[in-house]
Amino acid sequence: MGTFIARRMLYSIPVIIAASFLVFFGMSLVTDPLSQLRLIPNLSQETLQNIIDRKHLDDPIIVQYGFWVKDMIFNQFGTTAIGDQPIWPDLQRAIGNTLQLVLISEAIAVVLAVILGVLSAKKQYSFFDYTTTTISFFGFSVPIFWFALVLQALATTFFLRTGIRLVYTFGQSSPDATNVFLDRVQHMILPIVTLAYVNVATYSRYQRASMLDVLHSDYIRTARAKGLNERTVTMKHALRNAMIPIVTIAALNFGAVLGGAVITETIFAWPGMGKFFIDSLVRGEIYTLMAWLMVTAIAVILANLAADILYGWLDPRIRYD
Amino acid sequence: MTDQQVRTDEALETETTRTALDSVHLEGLEVKSLTQWQLARRKFFQHRLAMTSLVVLTFIFLAALFAEFVAPYPFDTPNVPDRSLPPTLEGFHIFGTDKIGRDYFSRTLYGTRTSMYVAFIVAGVSTVVGIIVGGIAGYYGGKVDNILMRVTDLFLTLPFLAILLVLSSFLGAGNPIRVAFILAFLLWTSLARIVRGEFLSLREKEFVEAAKVLGASDNRIIFRHILPNIAGPIIVNATLVVATAILIEAALSFLGFGIQPPFPALGKLISDGQDALTTQWWLATFPGLTIVLIALCINFIGDGLRDALDPKQRIK
Repeated sequence: MGTFIARRMLYSIPVIIAASFLVFFGMSLVTDPLSQLRLIPNLSQETLQNIIDRKHLDDPIIVQYGFWVKDMIFNQFGTTAIGDQPIWPDLQRAIGNTLQLVLISEAIAVVLAVILGVLSAKKQYSFFDYTTTTISFFGFSVPIFWFALVLQALATTFFLRTGIRLVYTFGQSSPDATNVFLDRVQHMILPIVTLAYVNVATYSRYQRASMLDVLHSDYIRTARAKGLNERTVTMKHALRNAMIPIVTIAALNFGAVLGGAVITETIFAWPGMGKFFIDSLVRGEIYTLMAWLMVTAIAVILANLAADILYGWLDPRIRYD
Repeated sequence: MTDQQVRTDEALETETTRTALDSVHLEGLEVKSLTQWQLARRKFFQHRLAMTSLVVLTFIFLAALFAEFVAPYPFDTPNVPDRSLPPTLEGFHIFGTDKIGRDYFSRTLYGTRTSMYVAFIVAGVSTVVGIIVGGIAGYYGGKVDNILMRVTDLFLTLPFLAILLVLSSFLGAGNPIRVAFILAFLLWTSLARIVRGEFLSLREKEFVEAAKVLGASDNRIIFRHILPNIAGPIIVNATLVVATAILIEAALSFLGFGIQPPFPALGKLISDGQDALTTQWWLATFPGLTIVLIALCINFIGDGLRDALDPKQRIK
């Protein structure tokens, strides 16, 4: 197991290098730092020359790439072009805040989806099955940002009508909170619900399909023929195999979830990676954007590694050698 | 048995069958064979939800297409005396008006037109790209396949929305066509994978082998023999891409990186209403509901089409 993880980590290195190529050269295809800098009014020639020297902007692109990689590895992604501010402290804080949201919402989404998927597969074509199918169709069809706005409007209206503060619709914490933990939870509920709901719709469809596949397979018939009770058959024999697709989907989807956080965090003013991304984008800060993209790429690679480890736990036939 | 005899036997057999069929005809029990497409059409017509959705969507589509004639007010002309009206039948402001008196029903109609315009371009372009990439990878296999599919995987794991935002921010979106092409640039991947899978399996089938033996060119095999066989999954996927494109375009425009004024867009209408969520709830509600309705209809149609055209891929 240890060697497997170590080897997988080694295999990830070329992928990360490829990602860094893609991020850097992709970015220089769509824009270049100089033209972004020229958009800023009142930037003196001296400052501009200073930035060009510091970021080696008059060197060939491949040399610039080298300096960028060097900065990334040895200087924690280096500094912003304008103002020479270190990137990492802000990004680190944003990553922490986003992980709180994303990990909790993914966990909720997977657990809920497994429950819904298994139940509707067990009761195929029942009223429950049709209801969850219809609801998941709504899940595919409701834009995330609009759903977030509706939640926000409902929560605000509820507060204005009753005066009871159930959840907050803005920010991460209130300055005058007495119970810090409860206050944080109240701030997190709406963003988490928003992030989870689309994924529940998608994941539960996959879970249902794979559960149906497994339930119709021979070894399940054997298990029933042995006289095992239905509960054991479902929970011990069928479920573990039926969870392999959802693990794959959830891992592959990790990048999309981080992207989805952009919308959710913007609407709920959550100081995470999404908001960090939009702020950098508005300011045209290419170096922070590239740092963001690299962090996301590494997160996706790690999520896939986690999925590979989970496979072995779900299906003992999968060996790590 | 000589060849001659076999032939006579066959002729005899056909003769008998024909008479049998004739007698069936005589009894009025006509046996009509249906082509694949006729079968699919019949199945689709029986799918009630999909048919209803098709009718509703056609209705919305036509209303949006002829917005100049359908909309009671122009898109962008302020009318201050009628400002901030909640939905009312008076003056036909059924979606209300905003704070400078523009009719939101008319604005929603024009916005829907832009959304559909973008979505159809996205579906068209991404389908062509997906077929080309998937087809080349699946038909030629080997190294080409490996490279193309790694690229596709890379696109699939990218934080989609982030890349989209970077592209539209730096390339400058704003007008519908640019937004459409940026979306299409990222939305071809799922189709490419489907097409590749189908090509891989069909390439080994006997009828393709037969065509090859007869000396058909690669082009002919791809376009005349394989593609018609996978029209089902392609159509289903294109339909679903329309829904995805509408949702993503709305999100982009909402964040301010998609379609910009003077072009009308549903996402922009919602973000205009965002500041007055509780006081002027109708501003964000109706454009949002329109998006939901359109996406829901398209998803139902896609489901019906999948049932009709693509029994293999059906979600059980």
